[in-house]
Amino acid sequence: MHSSSLGRPMPSPGRRTVLRGVAGAAALGAGIPLLSACGGSGAAADPKTVTLGSNASDAVPKKAFAEIYAAFTKKSGITVDVNTKDHNTFQEQINSYLQGTPDDVFNWFAGYRMQFFAAKKLATPIDDVWQKIGVNFPDAMKALSKGEDGKYYFVPISTSIWGVFYRKSVFQQHGYTVPTTWDQLVALCKQMKKDGMVPIAFGDKDAWPALGTFDQINFRTNGYDFHVELMAGKASWTDAKVRTAFDHWAELLPYHQDGAVGRTWQDAAQTLISKKAGMYLFGSFVAQQFTNKADLDDLDFFAFPEINPAYGQDTVEAPTDGFMLSKAPKNKDGALKFLEYLGSPEAEQIYLKSDPSLVAASSKADTSSYTALQKKAYATISGAKHLTQFMDRDSRPDFTSTVMQPALQKFVRDPKGVDGLLASIERQKKTIFASG
Amino acid sequence: MSSETITKTPEAAAVPPPGTASPKKRAVLGHRRLLTRRDRITLGLMAGVPTILHVALVWLTALASIALAFTTWDGIGFGSIKWVGLDNFRELFTSNPQFWPAVEHNVVWFVVLILIPTPFGLFLAVQLDKQIRFSRVYQTAFFLPVVVSMAVIGFVWQLVYNPDTGLINSLIGANEPGHYIDWIGDPDLNLWAILIAASWRHAGYMMILYLAGLKGVDPSLREASALDGANEWQTFKNVVFPTLRPTNTVVLVVTIIEALRAFDLVFVFNKGAQGTELLSILVTNNIIGESSRIGYGSAIAVVLLVISLVVIIPYLIATFRKERSA
Repeated sequence: MHSSSLGRPMPSPGRRTVLRGVAGAAALGAGIPLLSACGGSGAAADPKTVTLGSNASDAVPKKAFAEIYAAFTKKSGITVDVNTKDHNTFQEQINSYLQGTPDDVFNWFAGYRMQFFAAKKLATPIDDVWQKIGVNFPDAMKALSKGEDGKYYFVPISTSIWGVFYRKSVFQQHGYTVPTTWDQLVALCKQMKKDGMVPIAFGDKDAWPALGTFDQINFRTNGYDFHVELMAGKASWTDAKVRTAFDHWAELLPYHQDGAVGRTWQDAAQTLISKKAGMYLFGSFVAQQFTNKADLDDLDFFAFPEINPAYGQDTVEAPTDGFMLSKAPKNKDGALKFLEYLGSPEAEQIYLKSDPSLVAASSKADTSSYTALQKKAYATISGAKHLTQFMDRDSRPDFTSTVMQPALQKFVRDPKGVDGLLASIERQKKTIFASG
Repeated sequence: MSSETITKTPEAAAVPPPGTASPKKRAVLGHRRLLTRRDRITLGLMAGVPTILHVALVWLTALASIALAFTTWDGIGFGSIKWVGLDNFRELFTSNPQFWPAVEHNVVWFVVLILIPTPFGLFLAVQLDKQIRFSRVYQTAFFLPVVVSMAVIGFVWQLVYNPDTGLINSLIGANEPGHYIDWIGDPDLNLWAILIAASWRHAGYMMILYLAGLKGVDPSLREASALDGANEWQTFKNVVFPTLRPTNTVVLVVTIIEALRAFDLVFVFNKGAQGTELLSILVTNNIIGESSRIGYGSAIAVVLLVISLVVIIPYLIATFRKERSA
């Protein structure tokens, strides 16, 4: 549940989460129905106002979104009444929020998490909107915006990308080349270790970063289709293919930074900044830790190397954020117009001007103001055959948070005993996915 | 919570519902007339409203979570509640790799608190009770951690334990590859690291309780034992400590409660990762979130409730028995 920070990092997830956890527990103790009573505005339908439930509580996105809404009001005369909640709170309450009286439009994530609420009939399909905005998006984005019933439920706005981040100057200084195959990657790790560096920075204290490492190794080893089946609870975790992925991971683990389970991703990023570590497999928002301009310009990334030639590097992990329409919007016409605007290149550009750590979801957005890193991320995403989200966005969040996060922490700490671990995951998965 | 019911219920029972007392009865109980109709309504409201709130917010919710423990529910619509009987418990006891460690850690938590900071708190209290110089200063210093919220203690101790930049590893140079000590991530270390932080606070708490107990020891007892030629240790062992019996009972109960409700410190420290699992953390992880396993989380909560009852019921029986015989 706390993997909320995937798409966009929190400044201090720990502190907030605690208070939230405590408050949430108290609220639950006080009776679940109470929860659904709060949130949402009780105002009667006003054709000139669209209400929006926003999780963009951090300063940068909050300001960026506010500019988009202002531009929309100017264009259409419809006011956007924004109800901003803290990012983590929003996520923890989304369940009761959507069942109560939610705002017309709300911020959410693409992938399984979107499909989950769509399947529960807590969102309204927006196929009409997509007829107009469809031309603005690449096919992979279109697929991400559809529910299991094939209807559109989601308007994407921004994407981050997962890859192996490194510092150009370090690679230059030691004469390293970017590895494109598994063997080259392992050889590079060995060389870095010899050169007195930590080959791969790693911090898994928040338990979700290891999910990203598994994603990369699994879809490179077994391909996109198998990865999707595994995430959907269809494929078995005791399948030999999964075992092979873990074997690869175990081969690479000795080159990871020691004591990952006790380190936050922010601390791990510091070792890359200080050049003590050579590489860091992470999301592009790692760039936000590079507060020094010169360091940021030195940052680059490459797609995770090929493991199985049958799949090459065709899959890219690109968690996408965007908007959905709630189950019974008070001002549906206004909300549809608003969503159409959010899907326009214009809205994307306003957003990206203010938040350069992400890239546009639209293929029509003007990329001329992009930094080199953004351009590369954009090119990698556009060239990808398949886009994945992130394990906890592609699979049931209750499964990933209560089963996978502790399981992978256990593996990272002690890679022996994989078979027992996988059997345990499979056993727990069956009950969770059976519970509907 | 339960003490509230005990104080409230008799009061509610003592007030007859307005309008039910017949005039004849009123004549018999002459003094009852002192309470006008308004008084009785006021009293009824004062006792009734809290009772209703208490029943609705404490008892009904507790019973609801016991009922939910036998279902699966994702929290979306009441239609998705599905009865599964004992499945949640079966899964908990057999296939949840975090459950038994969590039970074990709750027990370890109690044993450590009762064996280390509690005697230490008693020791501090005895020393401070001797009216030594600066006694107030020491008292404040040891009590300070108790005033600070557990969550804040968690943040402060993380600065000490952080494996890369923390105080300990920086001092002893254990943040280098090769001889790396992972205080937060290593399951053989992290529980003990947290317990030190918990003990740091608990000792001050115990000290204050014992200090209050010691103030109640009749000075003439000490005098008498001094006249009998007992040394300090003998006086403590044979005279002072036995008189602290009521305090010891309170200390025991407080420590058990602390061990069962342990949560905030661990949650801040590493969210109950490898080696620091606790029942309360498992409950939270399963219930709070966007697609929660409310049934399963409730089952864990029920286990916690049963453990609490096993501890509390004998205590209550013993206390009531004592009161009756007194």
